[in-house]
Parts: sequence; structure tokens; C-alpha cells
Amino acid sequence: MLCCVCKEKPATVHLTEIKNDKMQKVDLCEACAKAKGVNESSFALADLLLGLGASQEIEQSSGGVEVKCPKCGFSHADFKKAGRLGCPECYATFADGLESLLKTMHKGTRHAGKVPEALRSQRDFADRMKTLQKKLEKAIEDENFEQAAILRDEMKKLGGKLPSTTAK
Amino acid sequence: MKLDDYLVAPGEIARRKGPHDRIVMSSRVRLARNIRDGAFPGWAKKPERVRILETILPAVEALPELKGAFSESMDNLSTLDRQILVERHLISREHQARSAGSGVVLNRDETLSIMINEEDHLRMQALRPGLQLRQAWTAIDELDSHLEKQLTYAFDSNLGYLTACPTNLGTGIRVSAMLHLPGLVLAEQINAIIQSVNKLGLAVRGLYGEGTEALGNVFQVSNQMTLGESEATILERMEKVLAQIIEHEENARGTLVEKKAKMVYNHIGRAYGILANAHSISSKETMNLLSLMRLGVDLSLFPDAERALVDELFLLTQPAHLQKQHSDKLSAEERDLLRADMLRERLAKVARPTVRSKGTNGGGLDKADK
Ligand SMILES: [Zn+2]
Ligand SMILES: [Zn+2]
Repeated sequence: MLCCVCKEKPATVHLTEIKNDKMQKVDLCEACAKAKGVNESSFALADLLLGLGASQEIEQSSGGVEVKCPKCGFSHADFKKAGRLGCPECYATFADGLESLLKTMHKGTRHAGKVPEALRSQRDFADRMKTLQKKLEKAIEDENFEQAAILRDEMKKLGGKLPSTTAK
Repeated sequence: MKLDDYLVAPGEIARRKGPHDRIVMSSRVRLARNIRDGAFPGWAKKPERVRILETILPAVEALPELKGAFSESMDNLSTLDRQILVERHLISREHQARSAGSGVVLNRDETLSIMINEEDHLRMQALRPGLQLRQAWTAIDELDSHLEKQLTYAFDSNLGYLTACPTNLGTGIRVSAMLHLPGLVLAEQINAIIQSVNKLGLAVRGLYGEGTEALGNVFQVSNQMTLGESEATILERMEKVLAQIIEHEENARGTLVEKKAKMVYNHIGRAYGILANAHSISSKETMNLLSLMRLGVDLSLFPDAERALVDELFLLTQPAHLQKQHSDKLSAEERDLLRADMLRERLAKVARPTVRSKGTNGGGLDKADK
């Protein structure tokens, strides 16, 4: 059996982990196991699988064209090597390839935890605008123009309070 | 700064008490954070890492929680000091290998530690003795809320806190507990437990040793998923699972003493015999034997020894801590001799384990200790 990272040397380190009822298996050669820090207590198999799986996903989603992060110059070849991204902006650059991966790795793909306080009010604002926008579309569809006008006014009023810096 | 002026004495750390500390040695909550402007440490070139460190360090040092803290760039720490911090679980092995452009900040009682430019710009952890996940979370959440006012974090409303590795994305939280599970190991139930805990999306691994071996029967349980659920939900699941593991461990100990008393006492008696009489002993063997002795203390076989003594020795006998007590640079062989010397001396006043026979079960388990 060949090492699944370098595909050159014979695999001598075999790891399995059961996660969500799925058995995951990785076979590594001594050198790659060491390079990936397999012997360390902080090692997570998911990290390793991610490095292997994600780079393929990203490669496919880019249609073979080399995509580079405009901010930091990170490419999917780099991801394959490191199993880590280059900078926060990389998440936007490689969004398509990462999506399905995040699904297999996490409980969901939308953040449900803490939000920095400075962004909380902006987030509330965005949520309210979105709700109004949906109501407006529905009103137009129903040809309820009176309701639509009211909603437009409401959005305009809210829009006046739009924060100058829009957080991502 | 000189680390020695800050380090808390191992004996003091070992005497810290927490709920369920006969099984749960410590609780820890770690948060991963990154600042918006800057490549992740693994990709950033050295000048950028230094710039990021210089941005983050003053903000961290100014936090009220870290008044009078130890704060240093990794390149100013000796190899030995770094190893000491690893043995105390205050920095990771990954961080140990870093140099210029990375830093570490520790509060005075070593309950908060901040790694700067580890895998992420910030890895912040709160540590508590025993089972205190919520207390650890509250402490690190507060620190994080103070810090977010000084730094602009990389945060996305859909993906949450952006991290170098997508496995930490979202909450960036890693909740973990260090467990001493000799009962489950001796009863050969540990693998079944690990598998069922894995199925709940939690990871279990030996904290010491390589590959699958778990030296000292010490295991770490932690969450793996960080995106798609809140910190509170993650904490709740961990608490439920830990309560179950604690129960299984207690049951395993009870059953062992009831059904296989001779086997258990044989292990504990031999462990004491070697620890108290050896003239050369490796760090690995020491960990495994101290684990059995710790079990013996829990089973009231050592009336004049406290768990704190065993826990103190557990830390003091590790390579860097042992080296720290001697001025000359020690070889591994010399360490084994000095380790044995220390153990003989510290255990000289501890009488050998005594088993009080109790009717027909042949065991001396003092149930009152539960
Ligand atoms: Zn290989
Ligand atoms: Zn990038």
C-alpha cells in the first residue's frame, strides 16, 4: 500500500477514526506522517483528510485553471501541501471548493455562535433589510402596491441609518 | 522576562481542586482568532508575522485579565523553557517549534495562556482544574470580548471567525477535558467508549505517547466540529458525554474491585514497588506507574498519600521539569537515575498499599471515597 500523501513511499502508519458513523482511513509513510505531525497530541485526522480532499475539490471547481487568492497569492497547490489556507480572504477565493467540504466536516455551513459586538448591530440591520426585501417582493408579486409603497418607505428610512462601513 | 520568576510551583498546581478531579484532571476551552489584515502565520513571511505580533502583543498585554502577565517572543525563550510550557499544556508542540514572529502570554496563575502566531494569529485558552468547562468558557469568552475592541478580527457573517484551517472555522472553539481513565483501560472497555464518543462527533486521544498508546491512562476528549452550532450547544454536548464517561469509569472501577480485586491490587502494588525502589526509571514507565498509584489513592489503598502528591510527581518527573531541577545538562540516562532518586525520596514516607479485607468480596474499596 502506498502513502496517500506522496504516493511514492510505502505506507507504514495507518489511522482510522469514526466520525458520524463513517469510518475514515488514512495510510501514510513514515516521512509524511512526521511532516503532518501525526505523532503529536494535537493531531486531528480531519485536518489531514481535509488537506487531501479539499485540494481535489478546489482543483475540480476551478476547472483546472490555477486560482490564486488576489490578496495573498495562495493557490490550491499550496493548500494541498499545507492543508491550511493563506489568509482570511482565501475563504472568498476558494468558496466553491470549500462549501461541500465544510458540509462533511461540520454540523452546518452557517455560523451559529458568537459575533463580535461591533458587528452585531450591523448584522441585525442586514437581517431586517432582508426580511423587508422579501416582503416587498411578495407584495409586488401580489400586486399589492399600497403595501409595497409602505415597505419601500420603511426600507428607505432604515437605509438612512446604514452604517458607513459595511462588515462582511 | 525570566520564565522562572513566573512559573507556579508544581506542588501548588497539583493541589488545585475542582469538581470530579479524581477522574477529570483539567478542563480547557480554546478559541482561535485571526486579525482581518494579514496572512495566516503558516503562509505569512517573517516580516509580516513580526508586524502581526507587534500589532497583537500590546493589545493582549493591555487586557485587564493579563495584568502582570508573563509575555515573551518565542525566540527569547530557551529550548528548556519552551519544553516546560509544553509539559504544562500552556503551549502546543507546534508552537514550541516557532521562533521570531511568534509569542506567548501567560497570566500569573497559569489559568490563561495566549499563543500568538501559532497556526492562527491568536490561540487563547482558559484552563481550570477538574470538570469546569463552563467556568473556562466564561473566562475565555470575557477575554475575547475585551480583545475584540482592540483588534479587528477576521469574521464573516456566514462562516463566523475565519481560521487558517477550515476545521476550526465558525466558533473557533475547542472544548476539551483531560481524563484519567485507568478503570476503563484495565477493564478493557476503553476502545468501546472511544468509539461511541467518536460517533457523537467528539475526538478522544491519548494525551501522552505516540500513535495509539495512551501513557498514564490519560485521555483528552474534545469537540471536532466548530461550525453550524453555538458555543453553548457544543459545551452542553461535551458536558453530557463527560458525565457519562465519568459514570462508566466509576462503574469500571467498582466492578474491577468487586470481581478482579487481585488483578487490580497486583498492578497497584507492583507500581508502588517499582516507583518507591527503582534506581533508574524512564519517563514513560513513570507515567504508567503513577497512573496506577493514582488509582490506588482513589481506592484508598494509600492512607497517607494524597492525589496531589501523585499529580505533582506526574509533572516533576517529565523530562524538562526534571532538567529544571538540576543545573548541569542531563543525558536521558542521567535523567532516569535522578528521576528514580526523586521518586524514592518523595515516596519514602508513603507506606505500601494496604488492602483491608472486607468480608467475602475480598476487596478494600472504600466506597465512601466516591
Ligand atoms: Zn508519503
Ligand atoms: Zn488569501
